[in-house]
Amino acid sequence: MNRAEPLSLLPLELEGVAFRHRGQTLLHPLDLRLERNGKTLIMGPNGAGKSLLMRICHGLLAPTAGTVRWCGGATPDTIRRRQAMVFQRPVLLRRSALANVRHALGAQGVPRRERARRADEAIEQFGLQAIAHRPARVLSGGEQQRLALARAWALRPEILFMDEPTAALDPAAIRAVEEAVDTFHHNGTCIVMSTHDLGQARRLADDVIFLVNGTLVERSPVQQFFEAPRSAQAAAFVRGDLVW
Amino acid sequence: MDNAFQAAFRLIAERDPVLVEIVTLSLQVSLTAVLIASAIALPLGAAIALWQFPGRGLLIVILNAFMGLPPVVAGLMVYLMLSRAGPLGELGLLFTPTAMVIAQVVLILPIVAALSRQVIEELWGEYREQLQSLGVSRLGAIPTLLWDARFSLTTVVLAGFGRASAEVGAVLIVGGNISGVTRVMTTSIALETNRGNLPLALGLGIILLVLVATVNAVAYMVGESARRRLG
Repeated sequence: MNRAEPLSLLPLELEGVAFRHRGQTLLHPLDLRLERNGKTLIMGPNGAGKSLLMRICHGLLAPTAGTVRWCGGATPDTIRRRQAMVFQRPVLLRRSALANVRHALGAQGVPRRERARRADEAIEQFGLQAIAHRPARVLSGGEQQRLALARAWALRPEILFMDEPTAALDPAAIRAVEEAVDTFHHNGTCIVMSTHDLGQARRLADDVIFLVNGTLVERSPVQQFFEAPRSAQAAAFVRGDLVW
Repeated sequence: MDNAFQAAFRLIAERDPVLVEIVTLSLQVSLTAVLIASAIALPLGAAIALWQFPGRGLLIVILNAFMGLPPVVAGLMVYLMLSRAGPLGELGLLFTPTAMVIAQVVLILPIVAALSRQVIEELWGEYREQLQSLGVSRLGAIPTLLWDARFSLTTVVLAGFGRASAEVGAVLIVGGNISGVTRVMTTSIALETNRGNLPLALGLGIILLVLVATVNAVAYMVGESARRRLG
């Protein structure tokens, strides 16, 4: 073994993080701190930089300025293994549902025997036993997203990023995803999720990050965000007006 | 003509030893060539799909151009390499089945590499973020990508086999069409037709046609069933 693994990666701190692409600033410098076991929802109009911010936090993109700092000086490998991301359109491999979960565990270096056990447990947790051996890509949209959640669950992440995970789903599937969010939360996973759905944010969030045009306009506890937002733009957004 | 057809079918039905020998050698040469070419070309195609490097565009253009390499030219190139005066002349491989395998590898390697590059690049575009999220490196992604593209890649490899088993020029030049040693289906058909031995030529022609049709049918079915079953 190399150095001892830190107890927790969180809080995650962003300092002066910005992102420029081809001369355009897509994300203006922002500071952000994500605490342990929080449920943070990122809201804002299309193109506000919600997905970009999450991809930077998750490490899929490197910021062009500023630093992303995890607690405890963990190795990049540990940081990668302690987080997971669920995308708006789940990317599933061309194999069975169960094999998808096992593949993810294998990718993270989980020993083979434990892989099977953890995969079965995740499949069961999300009620996917009946379709565990069906090819993942012929499942319905809702089942696919549940499988993506089960895959993330098997990885036991400390922080889970979700990029509009319910945008393409029907109400029943949305409900399943929201229940999954609670399940993750009860197990101590920090949730960072973007959504366009005001009702969903009200139901799920502890606090809300509000972005407009790549600028962090406001971060407030959920009640304050909906009832007494500090910024005029957030007030307009909550009313359902166009804000850009 | 009717007699020639009847004689041809009789040769097939009776498993004529000369015919069997020729068919067996053909399959051995082409299958070996496909195996070697795929072992090199599949990882090569994946590497070109995944990494950016200087000259990548040029390499892709060259591979695509070599997909249409005339077999006689491939044969000529290998002939020059293996002939007594050539750089590999010492090995004494000219006019052996090994030389034929080498020529066919040269012929189908660009096909398998270029097509698998396309297939894998497309899949990588789709999987990239998810695999990155799981902490899979580019190198580590290759087995996942090859496995998930297995049906498309099977079609690619079968295309290579079809090309190898149906060409005349390359094996004729480097093999020399020596009876019992380097005589394969295509070269035998050319020779026996010239000699007027139509039954043997026709018999081999029928087998070759069936073989190529079967390969294409299998490729089609593999693709279709994969699309239906795996989405």
